[in-house]
Amino acid sequence: MKLKNALFAASALVSAATTTAFAEELTIATVNNGDMIRMQGLTDDFTEKTGHTVEWVTLEENVLRQRVTTDISTKGGAFDVMTIGMYETPIWARNGWLVAMDDMSEEWDADDILPAMRGGLSVDGTLYAAPFYGESSMIMYRTDLMEKAGLEMPDAPTWEFVADAARKMTDKENEIYGICLRGKAGWGENMAFLTATSNAFGARWFDENWTAQFDQPAWNETLTFYVNLMNDAGPPGASTNGFNENLSLFQQGKCGMWIDATVAASFVTNPEDSTVADKVGFALAPNTGLGKNSNWLWAWALGIPAGTQKEAAAKEFVEWATSKDYIELVAANEGWANVPPGARTSLYENENYKDVPFAAMTLESIQSADPQNPTVDPVPYIGVQFAAIPEFAGIATEVGQEFSAALAGQQSVDEALEKAQALTTDAMEAAGY
Amino acid sequence: MARAVTNNRKALNTAIAWSIGILIFFPILWTILTSFKTEAQAISDPPVFLFFDWTLENYTVVQERSNYMRFLWNSVVIAGGSTILGLIIAVPAAWSMAFVPSKRTKDILLWMLSTKMLPAVGVLYPIYLIFIKLGILDTRTGLVIVMMLINLPIIVWMLYTYFREIPVEILEASRMDGATLKEEIIHILTPMAVPGIASTMLLNFILAWNEAFWTLNLTAAKAAPLTAFIASYSSPEGLFYAKLSAASTMAIAPILILGWFSQKQLVRGLTFGAVK
Amino acid sequence: MATQQSRSAARFMLAPAVILLLGWMLVPLIMTLWFSFRNYLPLRGGDLGWAGFDNYVRFINSSSFWPSVQTTLIIVGGVLFITIVLGVILALLLDQPMWGQGVVRILVIAPFFVMPTVSALVWKNMFMDPVNGLFAHIWKFFGAAPVEWLSQASMQSLILIVSWQWLPFATLILLTAVQSLDSEQLEAAEMDGAPFHSRFIYMILPHLARAITIVVLIQTIFLLSIFAEIFVTTGGAFGTRTLSYLIFQRVLESQNIGLGSAGGVYAIILANIVAIFLMRIVGKNLD
Repeated sequence: MKLKNALFAASALVSAATTTAFAEELTIATVNNGDMIRMQGLTDDFTEKTGHTVEWVTLEENVLRQRVTTDISTKGGAFDVMTIGMYETPIWARNGWLVAMDDMSEEWDADDILPAMRGGLSVDGTLYAAPFYGESSMIMYRTDLMEKAGLEMPDAPTWEFVADAARKMTDKENEIYGICLRGKAGWGENMAFLTATSNAFGARWFDENWTAQFDQPAWNETLTFYVNLMNDAGPPGASTNGFNENLSLFQQGKCGMWIDATVAASFVTNPEDSTVADKVGFALAPNTGLGKNSNWLWAWALGIPAGTQKEAAAKEFVEWATSKDYIELVAANEGWANVPPGARTSLYENENYKDVPFAAMTLESIQSADPQNPTVDPVPYIGVQFAAIPEFAGIATEVGQEFSAALAGQQSVDEALEKAQALTTDAMEAAGY
Repeated sequence: MARAVTNNRKALNTAIAWSIGILIFFPILWTILTSFKTEAQAISDPPVFLFFDWTLENYTVVQERSNYMRFLWNSVVIAGGSTILGLIIAVPAAWSMAFVPSKRTKDILLWMLSTKMLPAVGVLYPIYLIFIKLGILDTRTGLVIVMMLINLPIIVWMLYTYFREIPVEILEASRMDGATLKEEIIHILTPMAVPGIASTMLLNFILAWNEAFWTLNLTAAKAAPLTAFIASYSSPEGLFYAKLSAASTMAIAPILILGWFSQKQLVRGLTFGAVK
Repeated sequence: MATQQSRSAARFMLAPAVILLLGWMLVPLIMTLWFSFRNYLPLRGGDLGWAGFDNYVRFINSSSFWPSVQTTLIIVGGVLFITIVLGVILALLLDQPMWGQGVVRILVIAPFFVMPTVSALVWKNMFMDPVNGLFAHIWKFFGAAPVEWLSQASMQSLILIVSWQWLPFATLILLTAVQSLDSEQLEAAEMDGAPFHSRFIYMILPHLARAITIVVLIQTIFLLSIFAEIFVTTGGAFGTRTLSYLIFQRVLESQNIGLGSAGGVYAIILANIVAIFLMRIVGKNLD
């Protein structure tokens, strides 16, 4: 009798060890973007395949960032998987806060991840967050309005051409504005756009000694150009317009051109939401002939906080959500135009995806961004539209507020740059540079 | 003749008051109306007021995306729990200040109120660390405690002002009859203070329900109340006025309905000792 | 009167509330003080050692400090002014005989039930948006150019939103006070031919003084720490950065806990200055 019990117990142990894992409940923090909401809707597929269940914490971007940063820096352990960006990943990974993604399965195929994405999410060659989708920025323009203005958009336009076209397209009487650009203050809002644009004008955030460069002529040129252009050809209230506001303006047919995230392409060409779905063309973000385009590089990626007790299950989730199968799953449910873009090479080699109008330009934009080497003059930081140092988000948000006020006409470009220089210098000093 | 004048004046009062009332209520009304529109109608130019195709689609979408009932239940538990816990601690304190005042009573009261002036964000990290140590992060218990502490000064103060309005003679009479302190509080004081206690509870329920800093920053999935629910609908990719309106309506409807039924209580009871 | 026994019982009953609040105040306060002297940067690896008074000096010398104090005071003052003036008018109006008094009262107090986040979202998107907002439509209807509320009139817009939320509270408290007015006395004065403004100044206003004091006191406590409204609408841009928002930026956006904690200490000092000022007025009116 006793022997039988012991045998039973032993066999139970063995079977527990062989059946892969227990069913876990994962808490996943994510941002409320369309692709993530879609992922939320497909959770059942993950649960079916692995037995794990998922609790979603979906928050607006800024709230999410606060929330996950607080939690990870205090080792709170409230989340098993966190949605983070290209900015956080290297900083967190250097602090040892993230689980390395170097032991993923064969089918997951790490080599398939676009090199630009892998580069931005790795530290010393090790991947620390798996890209869910990636983006660059590009010009989206109204083909009909461009024709009406008697112009033809080149594939790689200069800022001079874009500004000229924008002024010609503008028809304020009929609420048509030549160009819609971000103006809302925030390091991920207007500063993402302006930092990327400043790269094309030959400006940079810091020189090699980490001295702020807002007192240099290149920044003055960038900001003057931007403010003048927006005053002549931008929509009213541009200083409070972010991605959302501009998206809605473009969808309502009020913008001639819009330079923003490549993921927006699927929204503006979707006839359900967009009144101009069949009149949109795409081009590379503009340059000034100095060798750099004004496009950025960003990925929303899934990271696992070091020290979580559910690491195995969390990895299973990350593999599921960033796999080739997941892309197929979305394509089957929602069509190829709605799959998460910009993360995998195989997606752009897929015949089905080649029919999507914005696929080629998205890939070209992503490939033309170089986070290791973002500016005309050398810089000590990594990142195209940001500098991957912990202080950047705070500084850039405040600089963004000064620039936003300059756009709103509450101060001059010179004043804004002067304040930006002062507060950046101050904050860098506080951080011990 | 006099009657006619009064009626005229009453009509004038009615007209003015209703206009102002509707003006003040309009943002809420507009939100509720927008929640029944399609996204296209929500931003149509010119705006449509009543004559559109009413649809429940936004509510369906919101419900599919978020488990509304769980957020709602968390809000109810946190707001209700903290109010009741606060009351249990505040009633004795308010009693002692009202009936056995000392020289320091007023100082203690004002000091209690001043604890509310600590800027919440400045102490987020300390509190977060304490929560981790105690293992009460993302639990309703943790939030009930924090909400109770935040609102305790207001509860004490409100109860104190109500208790002070109760004539001491009644209490003295009951003491003559040999009532113990406990009996005095339960059988004499509390019944007399019921209207006051009711409006105290209401006000604190509302304040706890609407608190959006701690409830958002100390929760993840399990204890997240409606303030976290709304944070998943603000600034999404794209402009979704109708869905935002539906989510907003769902977040404020329960408390609005509660307020609706209890407005008499609030109108009579919310005095803070303003009336002598 | 109060016996020795009831005194000790009273102390015993007061104790839990006092001890809890003392803990709630002291623990974070001491931790804030401690952090404010440390070089605490979570993203750079945490507590990097002693900082002396560096954080205090840096916080107060930052170009954003004094403007943020000023912004805080303007918002608190502006909202108090609007809610009290309109609150008195509304309270007097709602006390008049009319049809459907109950319904009107509900309409007027409804904004108090709306979460600050929701109210900020609704105002920002559905009313103040310069393209799709209702105000823009109204302006265009009258042939005017839409106002860019949150950038061109940022402070006014913010004060409007916050006042809308707090007007019901002021109205409610003032209404209870108006209801307790001696109507016979008022009528007698009216019979005697006293015009409305003198009745208002000499009879109504003194009666309301106590209620106004309480509105000032309670609202100030809440207004000093408004956050959601700014976070949602302007994010602190266009001169709307209050002291508590500045601290938020230091703690959560710049991830500099030491600097933010020093700011927290300044905020406590400011709050106490305001409090002492208030107590002076309130103290007299409160007995």
